[in-house]
Amino acid sequence: MPDDVLLKMKGINKEFFGNKVLTGVDLELKKGHVLGLVGENGAGKSTLMKILFGSKVIQETGGFTGEIEFDGKMVNFASPFDALDAGIGMVHQEFMLIPGFNAAENIQLNREITKSNFWVEIFGNRMSTLQMDKMIERSQKAINKVGIELDAKMLVSEMPVAHKQFTEIAREIDRDATKLLVLDEPTAVLTESEAEIMLNVVRRLADMGISVIFISHRLKEIMQICDELVVLRDGKLVQEVSVSETNPDQITEWMVGRDLNENKKAQKKKLVDENAETILNVSNLWVDMPGEHVRNVNLDIKKGEIFGIGGLAGQGKLGIANGIMGLYAAGGQVVFKGQPLELNNPRGSLDAGMAFVSEDRRGVGLLLEEPIDWNISFTAMQTQNKYIKTYLGGLIKWRDDKAIAKLANDYIKLLAIKCTSSRQLAKELSGGNQQKVCLAKAFAVKPELLFVSEPTRGIDVGAKQLVLDTLKNYNKEYGTTIVICSSELEELRSISDRIAIVSEGKIAGILSPDENLKKFGALMIEA
Amino acid sequence: MMEKIRDFIDAAGWPRLIIGLFLLSLFIAAPFVEVNLWTSLSDVIVRFGMWGILVLAMVPMVQGGCGLNFGLPLGIIAGLLGAVTSVEFQLTGLAGFLCAVAFAIPVAVFLGWGYGLLLNRVKGSEMTIALYVGFSSVAFMSMMWLLLPYKSQDMIWAYGGKGLRTTISVENYWYHSLNDLFTIQIGEHFYFPTGMILFFAIMCLLVWAFFHTKTGTAMTAAGSNPEYARASGVNVDKMRIISVILSTVLGAVGIIVYEQSFGFIQLYLGPFWMAFPAVAGILLGGASVHKATMVNVIVGTFLFQGILAMTPSVINNIIQTDMSETIRIIVSNGLILYALTRTITIKSAKVKK
Repeated sequence: MPDDVLLKMKGINKEFFGNKVLTGVDLELKKGHVLGLVGENGAGKSTLMKILFGSKVIQETGGFTGEIEFDGKMVNFASPFDALDAGIGMVHQEFMLIPGFNAAENIQLNREITKSNFWVEIFGNRMSTLQMDKMIERSQKAINKVGIELDAKMLVSEMPVAHKQFTEIAREIDRDATKLLVLDEPTAVLTESEAEIMLNVVRRLADMGISVIFISHRLKEIMQICDELVVLRDGKLVQEVSVSETNPDQITEWMVGRDLNENKKAQKKKLVDENAETILNVSNLWVDMPGEHVRNVNLDIKKGEIFGIGGLAGQGKLGIANGIMGLYAAGGQVVFKGQPLELNNPRGSLDAGMAFVSEDRRGVGLLLEEPIDWNISFTAMQTQNKYIKTYLGGLIKWRDDKAIAKLANDYIKLLAIKCTSSRQLAKELSGGNQQKVCLAKAFAVKPELLFVSEPTRGIDVGAKQLVLDTLKNYNKEYGTTIVICSSELEELRSISDRIAIVSEGKIAGILSPDENLKKFGALMIEA
Repeated sequence: MMEKIRDFIDAAGWPRLIIGLFLLSLFIAAPFVEVNLWTSLSDVIVRFGMWGILVLAMVPMVQGGCGLNFGLPLGIIAGLLGAVTSVEFQLTGLAGFLCAVAFAIPVAVFLGWGYGLLLNRVKGSEMTIALYVGFSSVAFMSMMWLLLPYKSQDMIWAYGGKGLRTTISVENYWYHSLNDLFTIQIGEHFYFPTGMILFFAIMCLLVWAFFHTKTGTAMTAAGSNPEYARASGVNVDKMRIISVILSTVLGAVGIIVYEQSFGFIQLYLGPFWMAFPAVAGILLGGASVHKATMVNVIVGTFLFQGILAMTPSVINNIIQTDMSETIRIIVSNGLILYALTRTITIKSAKVKK
């Protein structure tokens, strides 16, 4: 290995329960260089970094194959502590800081400067006291090294997000041995000006001789600060290139263009009549859904179409359906079938004739502790008084268990739900079958407009196809308008009539599914 | 055969099996230590009837997602108010009992509504808060019992002429008004309180029926997964309040049934520890913090009260020491601890290919 190479990963393979997530990934990083790591959600970026960092998850799921050479030595870290000792620092997407401690305490956590005293002789090092002034002094040094303004005595809980991020970096820098720093989407939570400072910090670190692996969705930033670039797609390394030799368009193509040519064979779908009436009109919609904020969405959904909503995770595509269905605080105007819809009222949205299959299957979609028949019939029972027998002039509304069982059995047959009986508990079903129960629940309401969020997340390939076919058939048979949100572009393209791409809480554009993949990519990633 | 036994153990659960066998062994041992079996059996049935509705009062809140009703004393206080009011009006017999219930229910509805509003604000720690609601309401009422303007000579302190006594006898009013209804006496020692057991059965039937209505179904769903219920257009907070009101009303009715059998109304600190035997009872019956059924109530009450009734007589006769209180505390608190730490286990699906 030449002297200036710090990290070399060779032939990395990783399986999760028989599901290959990384295949033969090779990677090389020189000292003092910044390596950009890009790829779609689920391309394997995080897994690769977890392997490098010796995360527990990797060991628990059967380890990996391949070689890692760090600083001239073959390594295989058994735990993150080993990785830290070797000189690898990591700044996670979620902050790993103690809110009630100040910056200095966080930076030097477990490496505090202490003073010995009488009690140490008896009880050992645990009794030594902190030397706060020296700790602050040293932290300030680390902070200065990063090149930012930050008070070492400030409590983390009182810091703006950017400062938390800087504290994390300072913590990694403070370790004398740190040679490699992994930054996992460090700018995702920052404002533009903060991100600018962040990028300067990264550059500065590189100049000091620390290598950086920089993970980001923002190609602009990658172009700006990285020396080299690695593109992962479906667990494979598709491109390793010097940044100066490429451009954002090309990178986008590498990222999403799995079958740029192959896709031409996708069958031509019926295009919805341009003149079809608008069933749902959304204007200036905002939704306060944590992690999926919708800022300002304007949409027109035509009657009878399948409308796809795509985009990267965290950009707000999931928030749209959740907001319209009243599950998260929302504002703006939503007009359904010419009637203005009251937001923040789940019952109102259901009564108007809409239904929703949530992306949070186990959290929102199912009554895990109850049997299948309850799960399927409940919404229709509560909102439309179906499967209810009334006595005493409507005073007593008795649950009609027979009708419920019949309904459930009909859907079990129709959707081929694998179960012992309609009385089996929902939690005992597999992911794919649970998803079918969720769909059946929505179908039982006989909605005019059906929102479906991430219908294929976490279910196996066979079930995926069945779920998509079911939706397609339902659309054709009953003329139900379907709005489907998914992270998988291919899936959207195979089913939708039109696809909107959401970026930063707004609609970046609406495309035909046959449109060139590059265009989708460009809308997803502001290059 | 082995499979059948295993299925039965699976369905019944080890705690019930162990306690059940223990109870059975007590019954078997009874004649050998000169304890009359028929008297003991009668004792167990009477205690079962006394506690049944108080245990039943756990069900709505558990099903509604508010956890175990540690605030049972609040419902009991409503029941006590109904009881003393009935005595104040000199009402006797079955009419006296029913009037006590009728007086208690509006009070219970009102208190339950407030209690429900409070629990809606502390989602996630309902049981802790409920415990303190129970305790503090008892403390507050300890003052009120002194101040409330009841005048009946049978109830107020003899020396001051003001304030209610700690223990009020209902012997001259509606003592055994339910117990003695259609009662069955076999031989000298066995006595079956038909009316009380019947009343408990009717209460169980009503609660069972409620959970078969649309509202009951919505309440169960709200308790099982509030997010699901909300997404299905159910007003979860309202369902929770209804469940708390129901639990409180059942607590009020339950204590009046208890008193007519016991013979005394116990005020002041009387309700203080009443929640624990009821909680332990339903947990012993196999209920969890999220799910409870009529079977849990009936089985649990019978086993728990059976143990409590049998241990003093049998064990004490065996070892010649009074262990009953110790055993009662170990069993009831141990069970509560066991049930609260138990996490939901996912039974693997038995798919037969």
